[in-house]
This record gives sequence, C-alpha cells and structure tokens, in this order.
Amino acid sequence: MSRYAMAIDTKRCVGCTDCVVACQTENDVPVGYCRDWIVEATSGVYPELQLEIRSERCNHCSDAPCVRCCPTSASHYAEGGIVMVDHDDCIGCKACIASCPYDARYVHPEGYVDKCTFCIHRVKEGENPACVSVCPTHAMIFGDLDDKNSEISKVLQTRKHKTLIPEAGTKPNVFYLL
Amino acid sequence: MQEINITSGRMNPGVDPLLHAWGWEIPLYLFLGGVVAGILFFSAVYYLRGKANDYKAAVKIAPLFVPPLLALGLLALFLDLSHKLYFWRLYTTIRWESPMSWGAWTLLLIFPLSTAWAATFVKELYPQWDWKYEILNKLDDWLKKYRTQMAWALIFLAVILGMYTGILLSAFNARPFWNTSILGPLFLTSGLSTGTAVVLLISKNHEERKRFSKLDMALIGIELFLIIHLFMGFLASTEVHIHAAHMFLGGPYTAVFWSFVVGLGLLLPLFAEVLELKGYKIPVQIPAILVLVGGLILRFIIVDAGQSSRWLYKFIEQMYY
Ligand code: SF4
Ligand code: SF4
Repeated sequence: MSRYAMAIDTKRCVGCTDCVVACQTENDVPVGYCRDWIVEATSGVYPELQLEIRSERCNHCSDAPCVRCCPTSASHYAEGGIVMVDHDDCIGCKACIASCPYDARYVHPEGYVDKCTFCIHRVKEGENPACVSVCPTHAMIFGDLDDKNSEISKVLQTRKHKTLIPEAGTKPNVFYLL
Repeated sequence: MQEINITSGRMNPGVDPLLHAWGWEIPLYLFLGGVVAGILFFSAVYYLRGKANDYKAAVKIAPLFVPPLLALGLLALFLDLSHKLYFWRLYTTIRWESPMSWGAWTLLLIFPLSTAWAATFVKELYPQWDWKYEILNKLDDWLKKYRTQMAWALIFLAVILGMYTGILLSAFNARPFWNTSILGPLFLTSGLSTGTAVVLLISKNHEERKRFSKLDMALIGIELFLIIHLFMGFLASTEVHIHAAHMFLGGPYTAVFWSFVVGLGLLLPLFAEVLELKGYKIPVQIPAILVLVGGLILRFIIVDAGQSSRWLYKFIEQMYY
C-alpha cells in the first residue's frame, strides 16, 4: 500500500505561480479555471507582520467528505489514496463541491466535476506531479507516506508542519512546512 | 490582523468569490419534497384514524396533487444536474453515506406508492370515472385492499422525505450554516406545515379547516422554537458557526430572513389563524398562501446562506465587516 502526500515548504515558496500554469498546461484545465492556486496570508500587527505563501490544491483527504457524499461513487479513492472523479459516473449534482471545505472542486464546462488529480497519470509512470517538477525553488515534495525512507516521510519527521483547517476533520494529505 | 489573498487569482466559475453550486433548482426541489411529505403524512394519518370522509380534502383530494408536485420536484433536480446525460447513474448505485443517493431512492419509492394511493381515491371522488382498461380497474380494486399497509408505508416514507430535505444540507460539514442537526426537524416541520396549508386551500369543510388551522398553528410554533434553537446552537459553537449565525443577525440575510420567513411566513399566518379561531372572518387562503410562500423562501435563503458560509479564509473578512 502507498499513501501519496505532498509537502509544501512555505519558507521556500515565493509565489511565482509556476505551479498554477504548469497544472493548467499539463491537465488541459479550461481557460478561466484552476486546480491549484497561490494564497498569501499576512498576519500580525505592523510592524510585526508575518507573511506565509502557500500553493493550495485538493488535499486528497483521507476522510474525504466529497467521496462520502457522492451518490454515484464517481468520486472515489484511487491508487495511494488519491481522490479522483470518474467523469463518466458523475451526474453533476455538485454535492461534492458543496462538501469540500477547501473549495477545491469546480464544474468543468463539459458538465462533470473536476479538480486536482495529483497528476495520477504521471505518478503511475513514477514521475512527480507537474506542479512539483516545475517549481523553481523546489518548495514541493511529493511522495509516499507509507515508505518510511521517502523524502516526504523524512521531511515530515524533521520539520514542523501543519495542514489547513484540520478542524474540518477531513484528514488532509497536503502538508505545509513551517 | 489576518489578511488572506489569492494572489494567483482563482476565479473558478460557480465557486468564487462565493460558492454558487446550487441556484433555484435545489431549493425548489426541497420545498416540493416538503409539501409532498406534508400532504402524504396527513392523508395517511387521517385515513388510519378513520377520518377519510370527515377530512375528505386531506385524505382523498390533496394526494391527487402529489404525483405532479413530485414530478416537478424531480424535474427541478434534473435541471440542476450539470452532467444530465448520466442521470441514470443515480439509480445504478445505492450509497447510504450520501444523502443525495438515499434521497433519490426514497423519491423513487414514494412516486409509485403515492400515485397508487391517490389513484384508489379517484373513483370515490368522481363516481363517473372509468379507468378505461379492465386491468386498471382490477388493479384499483386490488390496491384498495391494501390501503392500511400503504398508509403505514407512506407515513414512514413521508417522514424520511421531510427529514431528508434538511439532512441533504446538514450533512455538509464544510458549510457551517448548514452544519446543524436542527435542519432535518426544521424542514420536516416546515414541510408538514406547508402540507396543512395545501389542505386549507382546497378544503370546503368547516370542521376540517378548523382542525388543520390548529395543526398549522402548532407546527408554526414548533418551527419558531426550532429557529431560535438553531441560532442558539450556532452562537454557542465555534467561530465559523458564530460567523454563520451573524449573517442572519446583522449580516446580509437579516432583513429577508426575519421579515419574509419569520414575519410574513410564520408570525403573520399564526396571528391570522388565531384571530380566525377567535371568530374573526379571515379568508383561510391568506394564512395558507403565506405559509407556502414562507416555506419556499425559507428553502431559498438557507440554501443560499449555507453556500456563503465557509471555514476557510479569504472572503469571510470582506463579507462581514
Ligand atoms: S480537498 Fe476537498 S475535494 Fe480534495 S479530497 Fe478533500 S474534500 Fe475532497
Ligand atoms: S457532482 Fe459528480 S462527483 Fe460530485 S458528488 Fe455529484 S456525481 Fe459525485
């Protein structure tokens, strides 16, 4: 068994949006849509301000409400826990869109629901997702959490990290290194 | 200070800036589901209590509206789907974890059962009626023997349907305003209340009207109680739930909710029904129509508000302050 995950280093990310463009190109994302996006979060009181830059996407949650609420099983767990939408099973009821606390999904102009796939077609070939491989600062690490020797397992053992809104209870698999 | 920007400019249609997965179709579907649940519930209950002739409008006439209302509801659901050609996929799987799924199956059970139920009353209402085909006449006779069983099944399914219209929404943990178990009972109560309103509209019998007026008053009382609890629950919960409640307590939904749903849809009909019982001449149509319109607006507002409430970042700040 494998459990795929991503670690994104907020200390390295400069918010260049290369990952966003790489995804759109790799996955033929329709114009005006995106499967990943860059968030800049500022917190604190001037002059003690903190800036965190994050590349966000579907978290491929281990306890995914989008999979649970799908009436047709179009949304499902594929290899390594990657959450996928089977286009030919999707009726476009949009329950999964409403169920995702991260707003990671959208209706593709062709009618089915679409979102980040962790580039499963590349992962199956042993490659990294497009966003990971294109990142100029090497801010992203993709890998298998069940393999204790993988780079991602090691980095999560040594670096402080967080997930986004863990209190929503979905067990996200995209980690942010702090 | 907390400021969050999406610098890559995410503007996915239907998702940004505020989620808009569901427009008018789903609230209409939920409303019709509630009305149908209400009609069937009272029809079956009063049938079992031997009131089929005293409360003719409730037991025999109102169910005739159910099949067309259900068809309209299913049509609304269908129109909402963005991948329509694959509609049949709903009925190749049963997924208990998905309210969409078991709701669709419940409708599939209720449709033929309620049609059969209504059909058994047609000959009693229109003695001239002829089913044209011998087989239909036979079927009619056969079905009449099972009315008691049908009534029990309808009560059971009507309660499920009425609750489901709320649970469909409350199952979404991701939308704080929907994420309350009060929505199931609230929509069920509102559905039953709209059911009594339909009976009030078609009944010509004074006794029956009085009974359903009283029922409606009790249901409205329960609804008000549930609404207060809804907000108390939110205000005692987490930050996102408090934010969600504030949309109705000073935020963008305040005016329409308290004036249209609570004022026009609940308090005013309640008041009118009380006056009527006291002997004032008030056309019963007025509270009935108010209840129906109020129930419809309630569904619209709740579907809309839920989509504007969220856990994560960005627009929350702009929206409230
Ligand atoms: S982030 Fe959203 S779409 Fe992705 S798995 Fe989690 S709930 Fe589903
Ligand atoms: S829109 Fe498609 S993938 Fe999403 S819940 Fe409905 S059928 Fe499943």
